[in-house]
Amino acid sequence: MSVMVLMGSFELGIIYAIMALGVFISFRTLNMPDLSVDGSFVLGAAVSAVMTLSGHPFLALGVAFIAGCGAGSITALLHTKLKIQPLLAGILTMLALYSLNLKVMDGRANIPLINKVTVFSALQETAIGDYSKLVFSLAVLTLLLLILFLFLKTRLGFVLRATGDNDHMVRALGVNTDSVILVGLAISNGLVAVAGALIAQSQSYVDVGMGIGMVVIGLASVIIGEVVFGISSLLRRLIAVVLGSVLYRLIIAIALEIGMPATDLKLVSAVIVALAMAMPIIKKRLSVVKRKSSLRGRSKKTDA
Amino acid sequence: MLRIESLSKTFGKGSTNEKVALNEINLVLQEGEFLTIIGGNGAGKSTLLNCISGVYEIDEGRIILDSKDVTFAPEYKRSRHIGRVFQDPLRGTAHDMTIEENLAIAFAKGKSVGLQPGVTKKDMTLFKERLALLELGLENRIKQKVGLLSGGQRQALTLLMATLIKPKLLLLDEHTAALDPTIARKVLSLTRKLVAEEKLCTLMITHNMKASLEYGTRTIMMHEGKIMMDLQGQERKDMTVDRLIEQFEKRSGAELDNDRMLLG
Repeated sequence: MSVMVLMGSFELGIIYAIMALGVFISFRTLNMPDLSVDGSFVLGAAVSAVMTLSGHPFLALGVAFIAGCGAGSITALLHTKLKIQPLLAGILTMLALYSLNLKVMDGRANIPLINKVTVFSALQETAIGDYSKLVFSLAVLTLLLLILFLFLKTRLGFVLRATGDNDHMVRALGVNTDSVILVGLAISNGLVAVAGALIAQSQSYVDVGMGIGMVVIGLASVIIGEVVFGISSLLRRLIAVVLGSVLYRLIIAIALEIGMPATDLKLVSAVIVALAMAMPIIKKRLSVVKRKSSLRGRSKKTDA
Repeated sequence: MLRIESLSKTFGKGSTNEKVALNEINLVLQEGEFLTIIGGNGAGKSTLLNCISGVYEIDEGRIILDSKDVTFAPEYKRSRHIGRVFQDPLRGTAHDMTIEENLAIAFAKGKSVGLQPGVTKKDMTLFKERLALLELGLENRIKQKVGLLSGGQRQALTLLMATLIKPKLLLLDEHTAALDPTIARKVLSLTRKLVAEEKLCTLMITHNMKASLEYGTRTIMMHEGKIMMDLQGQERKDMTVDRLIEQFEKRSGAELDNDRMLLG
């Protein structure tokens, strides 16, 4: 694998780690499968593209975050106020966002950003030069991870984690879980949108269909991180998500390197997630099979 | 402290499974009163507690807590003045969070929930003091996840959390039913201690007739959504389990069929 490919994987891994942190909040912290991610990722990218075209690439990241928060709030309201199941609420938001994203993109299905000033090309002039993508993405990721960690240690953060764990308890202790879910999904989708915004500027191209399967990729990163790096403490869990995201990109890069056609990417993502989620069951079955065979071996000996 | 006026609740209204759970219940509790509630399955004991705490919306009647009408207040708002311990030990605590974090959420009851630090050093000292009251050694395990505790330990912790900020009302829904007898007794005596210390107005459902007379200051027996016996004062002091069963059968015209209630 060439250094170029390796560095590219790291860059992508770091940017997508921001999205994976968002997915971590909905899936793990709030214990809620939120599929609006596929839409809010593109929303962030679309906002980013339009603002980059008009010469505000840095501001674009902040606006993307706010737009993502809005998308997440819609999902939360559909679920808490209208009592729509979380899965369906997410799908509805995702569907609505498809049209909305086209509106943001002024009716075009894709926007190229060739030769426009992006956050990365602006920084290429500085000392970090060719490493601008890696360094800037890492800086944004570190900042967001730190804020997220500190947030989860606040009173609101505690309540957010407890809501995913046991919402009965949170209500019994006098907190409105509806508001907590709103805050959680808003932050989650805000982070996803920031990742979309960075990807848009990084690849200088936005396509309205670029969000398909993002939730699966985010989940894959979360699970790979948990399996490989552990879940012993909160900080460790967050860092595991980041490392999981980078690892996922490396796996994909290796698969492409050994000749997998790029069109199979989503299939492979789905298989990775399915395998990772089935891990506990597979482990259990294997141990049962082992015990059975060892028992059989022993009974044969007694027969003899 | 608590006034319930002709409270009625029917489940599945209009369907073939219609079930009148509570039928015009009237109940007044004074400050510091400790009420135990007994009755067979489906008598409406848990429904009564769930109506008071706002889990269920009621069909008729009014609920007044500390001279405020809370009939239409949502569950989370009422919870600021009500402490609750459930039958299921898993329901009262967040298993993936530490003892300290669980206590911190309970300690934030009624305060604003924002970006202030989750636990401060000062809180920690208080938490450790309170945990020591349980005599379970939990004060030394404050950084451990609640998921590592036994059912009894979790229930004791839930009880502590429910009373950490003094509630106007404490609701205990068979909170020792899922525990083994030794730890159940411990949690019960702990309940008595905490209730007495803070002079809490308490409603406790129990399946144990003996405990219903032994604990608290007043006992009611429920049957088919009605209060059919209300024991207090001298009458309660003179009451025995055998006479309680006799009374129950006489007044309800039904055999007491709940083995669990007799054996408990």
